[in-house]
Amino acid sequence: MNSKNPEATSKSGNQTGFKNLRLSNAGEVNRPDEFSEAVDISKLAFNLIRVLDDDHQAVGPWDPELAPRILRNGLRHMLLTRIFDDRMLMMQRQGRLSFYVKSTGEEAVSAAQCLALKPDDMMFPTYRQQGLLLAREVPPQELICQLLSNSGDRLKGMQLPVMYSNADVNFFAISGTLATQFSQAVGWAMASTYKGDDNLACAWVGEGGSAEPDFHYALTFSSVYKSPVILNVVNNQWAISTDQSIAGGRYPFAARGTGYGIPGLRVDGNDFLAVYAVTQWAAKRARAGHGPTLIELFTYRADAHSTSDDPGKYRPKDEWKHWPLGDPLDRLKQHLIYIDEWSEEQHTCLLEELNTMVVKAWEEAESLGNLSDGPWPPTTAMFDYVYKEMPVHLQKQRQELLEE
Amino acid sequence: VARMNMIQALHSAMDVMLEKDPDVLILGEDVGNFGGVFRCTEGLQRKYGEKRVFDTPIAEGGFVGAAIGMGVNGLRPVVEIQFADYIYPAFDQLASELARLRSRSAGTFWSPVTVRAPCGGGIRGGQTHSQSPEAIFAHVCGLKTVMPSNPYDAKGLLISAIEDDDPVIFFEPKRLYNGPFDGDHKKVALNWNDHHKGEVPEGHYTMPIGQAEILRTGSDITILAYGTMVHVTMASVEQLNIDAEVIDVRSMMPLDIDTIANSVCKTGRCVIVHEATRHCGFGAELSAQVQETCFWNLEAPIVRVTGWDTPYPHAQEWAYFPGQKRVIKALKQTLAIA
Repeated sequence: MNSKNPEATSKSGNQTGFKNLRLSNAGEVNRPDEFSEAVDISKLAFNLIRVLDDDHQAVGPWDPELAPRILRNGLRHMLLTRIFDDRMLMMQRQGRLSFYVKSTGEEAVSAAQCLALKPDDMMFPTYRQQGLLLAREVPPQELICQLLSNSGDRLKGMQLPVMYSNADVNFFAISGTLATQFSQAVGWAMASTYKGDDNLACAWVGEGGSAEPDFHYALTFSSVYKSPVILNVVNNQWAISTDQSIAGGRYPFAARGTGYGIPGLRVDGNDFLAVYAVTQWAAKRARAGHGPTLIELFTYRADAHSTSDDPGKYRPKDEWKHWPLGDPLDRLKQHLIYIDEWSEEQHTCLLEELNTMVVKAWEEAESLGNLSDGPWPPTTAMFDYVYKEMPVHLQKQRQELLEE
Repeated sequence: VARMNMIQALHSAMDVMLEKDPDVLILGEDVGNFGGVFRCTEGLQRKYGEKRVFDTPIAEGGFVGAAIGMGVNGLRPVVEIQFADYIYPAFDQLASELARLRSRSAGTFWSPVTVRAPCGGGIRGGQTHSQSPEAIFAHVCGLKTVMPSNPYDAKGLLISAIEDDDPVIFFEPKRLYNGPFDGDHKKVALNWNDHHKGEVPEGHYTMPIGQAEILRTGSDITILAYGTMVHVTMASVEQLNIDAEVIDVRSMMPLDIDTIANSVCKTGRCVIVHEATRHCGFGAELSAQVQETCFWNLEAPIVRVTGWDTPYPHAQEWAYFPGQKRVIKALKQTLAIA
């Protein structure tokens, strides 16, 4: 392990050279007891928990030894997320969507973490965890209706595309103000403790957003009240155009946990098995009343920040190809093939099935309204949810609008 | 019915709600064992336990954020901001999150948080213990913003706020905690014993949010005030011996414009009194709405009496504070009397 301070992964115009990434070999990092004291396991933050090795084997103490059906399920969700993202980008480029945010390269984060949680656990995501919705089996057309703000949009056109919200599957309303969900998740978890149920909250923030005060509030509060919460920093190296060193990544983000008395686990975010394993570890700890865990998911944002972004202006175009931790989707696929639970033929079939599903989902969603012609949610919907009951001044303004 | 000062009335409201609803929690800086720097939660932790009344780290943004999450998970948190001046670190959570959660989720997520914040000056608190930031919050759609002027209203409004499924910012004029204050700091401080609004029922009662109260009927001029300025206004009217109608606005959002407009249309004159700075203060909204609803009945320009547009000073507190002298000058001007 290289103990030098990590530098920027790369800079625009520079040669790609991923130096000082503090990588560990698969299977190399020990797996302590879930109820360990944070200080006793603080070195985990400076290592990288990995399970899948270069030969596609699952190795070491962090291997969650998952049944093949769970692995195949994970692969399916990751593949669906990637196909969905690619399709939506295409729709945006054709002018049929106004805006989109892909999660390419980070699919293992949503798929593995979601599958390691209980359905009653509350998820407080950022805008790059659309995979959580797909992993909780929300039909893709529901997401597309939100992206189109059409008549089928469950948010009635109130939100920017990709700012999903789905109370039915415990997916909290995404906010555009970064990191605010972090302290909210802790409060949600505090309420779980108060009520005496065994649900936990799981929150995500980007490494860029970890500079916001709410990140630090969340660590303080979850430490003080020992809340059942999993706090995830998705370190995908890039916050729009600034690399992770600008966010303060001098030491790994996971290392911030120790000072708060919170275990910090640093995991290969492109390793489905490792991500599943650390989430399981943190969930067991939280449910047993031992409080929060900070997880740094070390990954790479393979595509642009959003469709409004041009990463060619600030980083080498082919940088992802050189990312030493590879493609999460391909790695899980190769592992399944290696253990003889999957084949190229099955993969091709699945690819076709999911492609067809997404194309069909688009058609179904667009039948409820497209970007240019609608139909859209009622214009007066903006007045409906400001307060539980509409106050008189809003009733008057609503009437004014109707008379326009 | 008992005699209560405002601290006791607020305490009683929280006591009643903690007793009535197991989902109600109290949190904030020093609110637990100590009972709050103004003693509003004294003894509540002993009575209801540390799980329901507890201290937080000194991070307003953090405990407001956490309260939002608790509210989403079915609880009804009441948070205390030690001084309204300390509310700004929580502004993001209040304005972008708490206020808009219901809207951005089309009614599927909401959080019924009540935020109590002692506000206003007259206590030699200087610029970080004297501010009146109500207009900032009244401007944010999705929040309700209130400021009671006496113990009876304070208890009824606080119970309504806690029971409300929408978030309420509850400002408490701290100069009124122990007694009414007419702006004359040289006089012996009064207590609530001799004031009829110091009579407070001991049990549960509510006062609807969004209703102004006509404190004094009159025909010559309407004076709109709230918080500490209600008492300054009443004393000014008495001193000037005019037939004024005085309205305690009580709720900035929702605003009871009907009561206000009916009065101004009747009297034809309007003076607005608040302690906060003038520019874009809540008086600007009141003035605009009075103009919109009563223009053809107005016989004089609407005048605002406010704090100056400066940070709240320490040594110059009484030169800043809009006392009776400033109110009387505005009343004379509006009534065109010498």
